[in-house]
Amino acid sequence: MRNVTKRFPGVVANDSVDLTIESGEILGLLGENGAGKTTLMNILYGLYSADEGEILVDGAVTKFDDPGDAIAAGIGMVHQHFMLVPVFDVTENVVLGVEPTVGPVGTIDMTEARREVQEISTQYRLEIDPSATVEDLPVGIQQRIEIIKVLFRDAEIIVFDEPTAVLTPQEVEDFFGIINGLKESGKGIIFITHKLGEILEIADRIAVLRRGKVVGEVVPAEATEEQLAEMMVGRPVDLVVEKEDADPGEVVLSVTDLLVRDDRQHTAVDRVSFEVRSGEIVGVAGVQGNGQTELVEALTGLTVPLSGMIHLGGENVTLVSPRFMHRNSVAHVPEDRQRSGLILDFDVAENLVLNSYYDEPYSHGIRMDWDYAHQHADQLIDQYDIRTPSSTVKVSSLSGGNQQKLIVAREFSRDTKLIIASQPTRGIDVGSIEYVHARIVAERDAGAAVLIVSSELDEILALSDRILVMYRGRIVAEVTGGEATATELGLYMAGLST
Amino acid sequence: MSDEGTEAKENKEPKEPRWVERVAPKNVDWSSLAVIPFLAVFSALVVGAVFIIFTEGLGSVLPAYGALLRGAFGGWNSISETLLVATPLIFAGLAVALGFQAGLFNIGAEGQMTIGGLTAVIVGISFEGLPAVIHLPLALAAGFVGGALWGFIPGVLRAKTGAHEVITTIMLNFIAFRILDYILKQPFTQAEGRFDPISKDVLESARLPRILTWLPVEGVEMLRLNLGFILALAVAWIVYWILFKSTIGFEFRAVGANPDAAKYGGMAVTSAIILVMVLAGGLAGLGGSNETLGVLGRAFPGFTAQIGFDAIALALLGRSHPGGVVLSAILFGALRVGGRAMQVETDVGIDLIIIIQALIIVFVAAPELVRAIYRIKGGEEARQLTRGWST
Ligand SMILES: Nc1ncnc2c1ncn2[C@@H]1O[C@H](COP(=O)(O)OP(=O)(O)OP(=O)(O)O)[C@@H](O)[C@H]1O
Ligand SMILES: [Mg+2]
Repeated sequence: MRNVTKRFPGVVANDSVDLTIESGEILGLLGENGAGKTTLMNILYGLYSADEGEILVDGAVTKFDDPGDAIAAGIGMVHQHFMLVPVFDVTENVVLGVEPTVGPVGTIDMTEARREVQEISTQYRLEIDPSATVEDLPVGIQQRIEIIKVLFRDAEIIVFDEPTAVLTPQEVEDFFGIINGLKESGKGIIFITHKLGEILEIADRIAVLRRGKVVGEVVPAEATEEQLAEMMVGRPVDLVVEKEDADPGEVVLSVTDLLVRDDRQHTAVDRVSFEVRSGEIVGVAGVQGNGQTELVEALTGLTVPLSGMIHLGGENVTLVSPRFMHRNSVAHVPEDRQRSGLILDFDVAENLVLNSYYDEPYSHGIRMDWDYAHQHADQLIDQYDIRTPSSTVKVSSLSGGNQQKLIVAREFSRDTKLIIASQPTRGIDVGSIEYVHARIVAERDAGAAVLIVSSELDEILALSDRILVMYRGRIVAEVTGGEATATELGLYMAGLST
Repeated sequence: MSDEGTEAKENKEPKEPRWVERVAPKNVDWSSLAVIPFLAVFSALVVGAVFIIFTEGLGSVLPAYGALLRGAFGGWNSISETLLVATPLIFAGLAVALGFQAGLFNIGAEGQMTIGGLTAVIVGISFEGLPAVIHLPLALAAGFVGGALWGFIPGVLRAKTGAHEVITTIMLNFIAFRILDYILKQPFTQAEGRFDPISKDVLESARLPRILTWLPVEGVEMLRLNLGFILALAVAWIVYWILFKSTIGFEFRAVGANPDAAKYGGMAVTSAIILVMVLAGGLAGLGGSNETLGVLGRAFPGFTAQIGFDAIALALLGRSHPGGVVLSAILFGALRVGGRAMQVETDVGIDLIIIIQALIIVFVAAPELVRAIYRIKGGEEARQLTRGWST
């Protein structure tokens, strides 16, 4: 890519970017939230057209009008949210759009398709059952399907946009194995992440973007996490959380024998009991899908538990609505920001009042005070460094990390007695993680009770005063924050130790 | 690939109705809010011209469109008729648009108009001797309530059982027509000396008064435009205010755009759905009352004249924005009224108007087509397939 520039109303997302990628190489792409990584990759994949600059494939200038052109030129992209048809099986998903056909009317040749998928899967050691139905498969496997899809279309360059954000540590290991395999077979890989450790481990070369410009290229052997962080953000970043010992006060949240069923009526949370006190941070560790989602939904009033009790400051809140919880100073950072945390089609100001619009000063009676809401938004944009041209742009045009920052800003800017945060820093850059973590600790020191649910062990270990490990809907262990190690927690999380 | 992406996406996120974004875009994006509808109308007229050329020859295009324009706006009588026809379209269009904003596809405006028009007539033929200042508002209120009831039923079914409103509102349309037939044959409502289902005349005190009779022009007694039009404009403004300036409207739009996030935000999704359908039904009911208490002065089978279905088209054209609905309704009224003049003055039949209307909808429903024809940039967002942790 040579001299690529892309402007959006109010922002220059890419500013004369030069980037090369060789075959048989893994290029790590780093950059703070809104630096323009995703935009650059969307240009490479033909989703956006660059305002200036050109793309060269094997030395020849190529023009992509849509992803079809990019695919034909051997470029593939694995999107963060997988684009799979849940009720189709693996093979059907892989061949969708490029089905091998037989006969004069072009009947789909499923046997041939299955054979080819099997072949790719063995060739690149992507273990998979070509006839499994997608919706039954875990995220890590779904990602493999995406990779096979790209390989099936003969990609030579494969872009991964934050592929590890939703993977468990074990899945990350497997994933690294896979992309190393791809590299050995001569593919060029572009890998975007916010996790500095990962990029140092896997990349051959690292390019850093800041505010749309390439600010440097390094090789992992000569770089440290601190250096990378500084290159990204433009200032030194504290990668460890500074905090005093906790000084727990009275019980704020108390959960007794909580039993929650998921949508399919399976028991997701199995008679769980615990307490969170004011002035302490309790971390809930666990591989995703072990009941954390349902636990948080029950705690925040989004689902009704089957049995058990939830008390907030001594008051029984087992059956109250989400609004009651918000009004009683409970902040909730939801796990999936795009599904439930944001309305992508609404603007920044509207999203910032999503769960407080019904109270003064954002509304008077039924009249919304949009002027006030926008002022409020401008203030939070400033304070939380949300990169957006203004408070009137749709949230869908914000970068992923900035969307997350918006939610954090909304939840932490209120009076909080209890903070329930699921994956609070998913997809946000190191500089902002530092800020969010500092805010969490500050809230704790100001007397809030904090419950952090994260599959990110580093985050749990860095923040928690007390750690609970969830496995198959139960709390299988409780450890003191300072004394826990990742290995120990890992064993509990895998259900190997009790 | 892009097809595949879209398809997969729709399956992946069934809870976020993607079409809502298209029919009810929130932020004022000029190209989709105003430019596309304008070009859609323009393109439809061009294609319509091609039809005229084929059937009548090149020379007929200008006379035909000239007659259309004059018939719609050339003179007080034309304007009065155009706005008169537009009035029920505004009410019904608002009923559909409100639904769209909340992610609901209200195909039942026709039935809601029917019931609302009927309840308004029942009040309108009763209470002899009541002064107009009480009788008319009462009849209108009855129309609103009747329509609201007809919206409430699919609203509850959707909210409580998940029964899709497209199905239930269509069914309720047929039930409404039969109820109309039945009630109109009751001695209480049926016009005296008639055996077919037709109501008595609405009492003078419940009629919508004409509003242009003060004009110092000739033939002023021909100007049929009535108070309903003013009422429609006022109601459009109220709907606008509710949608964009009130907490209730914020909830409606949030429920339409992302029910999960609405729930997270502490909104009562089910009551919002019911309330939207009630209000939408009420709006359509006012449209029906506008007919029975205004121009027609009575109710008879089919008095709604497909207005409730045209409303879907014009809500689309108006991008589900109350202002857009008003403008689209006036456009449809103009086409209708001007079309009559065109038929009389030239050999071009009124069918052309139906073709033009249909074409407008095709162009509006396929904004990409319009963008491609006129090479408008934009819509990148719509093509954006990467939605993830890292949008
Ligand atoms: N469709 C769009 N319309 C308007 N602005 C956009 C659009 N997409 C991205 N932007 C803007 O371009 C800039 C770069 O965004 P991009 O998504 O490329 O960031 P990123 O580096 O991927 O960040 P993150 O790490 O948060 O995912 C941001 O300021 C964003 O607001
Ligand atoms: Mg990104």
